[in-house]
Amino acid sequence: MTEDVVMKTRGYTLFYGGFKALNDITMDIPVNSITAIIGPSGCGKSSLIRSFNRMNDLIVDSRVEGTILVDDEDIYSKDVVELRKKVGMVFQRPNPFPKSIFDNVAYGPRIHGTRDRSKLAAIVEKSLRDSALWDEVKDDLDKSALSLSGGQQQRLCIARALAVEPEVILMDEPASALDPVATLKIEELMEKLKRKYTIVVVTHNMQQAARVSDYTAFLLTDVDRAGNLIEFGRTSEIFTKPVDKRTEDYISGRFG
Amino acid sequence: MQRRKRQFDTAMKYSLLFAALASMLIVLMIGVFTFREALPAFRHIGLEKLLTEPVWRPGQEQYGILAMIAGSGLVTLGSVILGVPLALGCAIFLSEIARPRVRAVVKPCIELLAGIPSVVYGLFGMVVIVPIVRQIEVPGNTGFGLLSASIVLAIMILPTITSVSDHAIRSVPKEYREGSLAMGATKWETVSRVVIPSARSGIISAVVLGLGRALGETIAMIMVIGNSVIIPAAASSNPLTIFLSRARTLTGNIAVEINYATGLHQSALFATGVILFLLIMIVNSSARYLMSRGGMRKSG
Repeated sequence: MTEDVVMKTRGYTLFYGGFKALNDITMDIPVNSITAIIGPSGCGKSSLIRSFNRMNDLIVDSRVEGTILVDDEDIYSKDVVELRKKVGMVFQRPNPFPKSIFDNVAYGPRIHGTRDRSKLAAIVEKSLRDSALWDEVKDDLDKSALSLSGGQQQRLCIARALAVEPEVILMDEPASALDPVATLKIEELMEKLKRKYTIVVVTHNMQQAARVSDYTAFLLTDVDRAGNLIEFGRTSEIFTKPVDKRTEDYISGRFG
Repeated sequence: MQRRKRQFDTAMKYSLLFAALASMLIVLMIGVFTFREALPAFRHIGLEKLLTEPVWRPGQEQYGILAMIAGSGLVTLGSVILGVPLALGCAIFLSEIARPRVRAVVKPCIELLAGIPSVVYGLFGMVVIVPIVRQIEVPGNTGFGLLSASIVLAIMILPTITSVSDHAIRSVPKEYREGSLAMGATKWETVSRVVIPSARSGIISAVVLGLGRALGETIAMIMVIGNSVIIPAAASSNPLTIFLSRARTLTGNIAVEINYATGLHQSALFATGVILFLLIMIVNSSARYLMSRGGMRKSG
């Protein structure tokens, strides 16, 4: 691949205590693209995506071998706060804070030092426009974020992530808790966002991976139940002429 | 067989309903009987005089409980000022910072505090707190008074506020913490800006439960507060010395005098009880109001 690469994993191996969750993952995430991570339940998709912003640090007894580079910097050698500013995350279940819509989006900028009210207002508007939520909420910025619908809440969480101007947005099954219409909106939004950001998305929905992603990583557990990267490549190729037999079996729905 | 089961269901339903009604009835009866005994006092002294008259001298037919209202109010305020930060600190430590093994030791210790009889707190106050407070050099300071009582009371409400707040903080969804940390917030930013505000209504109810306990505490207060029927006042130009003043609580007033009181005096003590009852009801309902208004509720 000749594209610019924003994130690289190099022999990345993750342990939870004595259990090996990911085994020797090496792949490159190209910039301004959508990379989908697919695979059956328990294959380590979520563990992998949560590695890019070191969310696995929260798990007691987690341990890694190998490394991950973001902009050619080892993520374990830099401050985790700086890393998470650069690599934002959207979760499976929409998790807006029980605060107003405004305060949700302003949360990141505030903790990173922006105090000026008009500056914050500008950031909030821009982030909500970028997440295609502005028109729906512009008159209700003081309303509780929890009064929004599930799909709106998820777009609010995307806006919240955008507000700190990350380079990468990690999305861990962002639409799995949403109805088809809301899912479609999130997918359209991802298409739009990839012009400015790099997106990594975990999905168990094969059609979704095929629809939205440019690259696909296929993970599968080995005999020790550790997740291995079976195949990584352009989505068009993975879905039409996969190299590995197991990939073909999986995408054609023979298991998983 | 089916019919038998259905009959059993119905029987259970009514016996449980009876249990619920019985507890309601008891509350009602306590209210009614206390009020009935207090009625002569309300009739002959009058509510206004009772509440505003600063002198309580039953021998001379002077029945003002203002001093006791001030005493209860100030000692409760003192205990909240001292106890709430401590209890919240404990709760945050237990729920957010302590590793499971530390928590397994500290939490039972704090809960044990709730099981100590209040007379033992009173003894502790008399032999430990009072002598320390006596060291403060202010004219007339004996150690017995509002400050000692506030300290003892702060310790007494600690377990209630700590356990309820700890529970509230631990009920905050993990997703909120993750959302905040993923934004690059530190642990402390996450706790102070997301976790605590999300647990706000639970923390408010914790504080109010503590308030209720503080207002109702009797024997430990009698033992350390000095029991003088005076409206507490500062002993010097420093207004804080008001807390070195002796005082008497509403509860203490009843407990100290009820054994020998007769006639109107006895009725006035029941009236003190009615007012205590009302105060606690006001505290509880204002808390309920705050809670309903405070937290942003989930509605969709």
